[in-house]
Amino acid sequence: MSAVKKSLVVEQLRRNQMIELLAQGKRLDGRGLLDYRAIKIETGIIPKASGSAKVTIGDTQVIAGVKVETGTPFPDTPDQGLLIVNAELLPLSSPYAEPGPPDEGTIELARVVDRGIRESQMIDVSQLVIKEGEKVYAVFADVSILNTDGNLFDTTSYAVVAALLSAKYTKYEFVDGKLRPTEVKEALPLRTIPVSVTVAKIGDSIVVDPTDEEEAVMDARLTLTTDSNGNICAGQKGEPGTFSFDQMLNGADTSRMKGQEIRNILREATGFTG
Amino acid sequence: MTTVLLDEQGLRHDGRKVDELRPVKIEVGVLKNANGSAYIEFGKNKIIAAVYGPKEVHPKHMALPDRAVLRCRYHMSPFSTDTRKNPAPSRREIEISKVIREALEPAVMLYDYPRTAIDVFLEVLQSDGGSRCASIAASSVALADAGINMKDLVCACAAGKVADQVVLDLDDVEDKEGSGDMPLAMMPNFEQVTLFQLDGILSSQQFKQAFSFALDGCKRVYQLQKEALMKKYFGQGEPSMEESE
Repeated sequence: MSAVKKSLVVEQLRRNQMIELLAQGKRLDGRGLLDYRAIKIETGIIPKASGSAKVTIGDTQVIAGVKVETGTPFPDTPDQGLLIVNAELLPLSSPYAEPGPPDEGTIELARVVDRGIRESQMIDVSQLVIKEGEKVYAVFADVSILNTDGNLFDTTSYAVVAALLSAKYTKYEFVDGKLRPTEVKEALPLRTIPVSVTVAKIGDSIVVDPTDEEEAVMDARLTLTTDSNGNICAGQKGEPGTFSFDQMLNGADTSRMKGQEIRNILREATGFTG
Repeated sequence: MTTVLLDEQGLRHDGRKVDELRPVKIEVGVLKNANGSAYIEFGKNKIIAAVYGPKEVHPKHMALPDRAVLRCRYHMSPFSTDTRKNPAPSRREIEISKVIREALEPAVMLYDYPRTAIDVFLEVLQSDGGSRCASIAASSVALADAGINMKDLVCACAAGKVADQVVLDLDDVEDKEGSGDMPLAMMPNFEQVTLFQLDGILSSQQFKQAFSFALDGCKRVYQLQKEALMKKYFGQGEPSMEESE
């Protein structure tokens, strides 16, 4: 899914160069190992959506749109609304993205972003019930990736979170047995701000917010999501490399620390204070 | 919630202690046609792993000039779950296939087999909680059975949280009604994590405890993997094989 085409020789040279720099605590673009690129968040950019956000991290650009509709609850959770997160790597996002059904990388991306938001219990789905067992609100968060330059996991996650934080949805009620929209618009029942922090392992170094170039040579990736209380609520290691036990535990600390910084950026962009 | 996940004696719904593994049985070499195979029972999980390869790659353009491609398919039989599972690969199965492949890849010496493919097929005949960990344990034994060069076995086990208590090795009930699951796989002789996933809210302390529980579970699974391989290749009661590292 990485948008950099891997060619053995150049990749290896680039990797060696990067490892040399990383050993001195530097990166190709001049950032420190634990520095994010500039994060820009705009909300409300698609007025037809219940909530929307465009997030830019470096040259990675992502738009998330939330649509709240009514639907039928799952039989095993009749007292809960639905939350469905999906992501699509658009063919216009990179020379290597192809139209067609999502590949395993895109499926993983969507599922990891979904997991982070779902498991943090960001949305109190028990409040999204119109009539138990029959009608609930279904919150769809769809993501379009517009331009790729690494760290799609975090960019996508922040876009969905910002869109959910700024969403307003139309309330429905049963009138004479029929479901009808009302004039009332409400914010979603929100409880916390989940923030995912992705690190890449390149050689023996750990860097946050990898670029496309860094992802092309990384050994492994670790995404950890924390909630507003600093609890860890979701995680995923990806790519064929490994992490030592210490790197895993330190990853949790990094995620908590960087998560707090980014949560403040999300609060500022959306006006949500939770 | 209907099930008591943790009783006053600190026992779980199936009578296990918090750090107790479900019964595990591993059998090596169960399929004639495969180059290597293994069958694992991990609690109520019943999973078969088969390895084909190293073999010619089809389609040819997928071949890598300097190493083998490792491919992995995790699949659940339609009858493996409470309600019938659609046999078409779900998004969940596609993701699990990917993470299992990435969990095994660091241990397999792919550069020994350039321009070939190594296929790992996993069929979950009956599923219980922790099927991806059981699948990894079985695949790694099947790869060894196929005689494929490996740096280490990959062992796997999950930890999780039920009733605000960190526990080892969740079963189906605990996975559904509990509040956290952390599957982990590692190469025991290198002390490197090759698979990690987490869902559910864990405090900093619980995260550390779950991590250490899971590592401990992995090490126990590793012993069972070695025993299963020894049983096939050296028969029972033979002197124990020295650890490779």
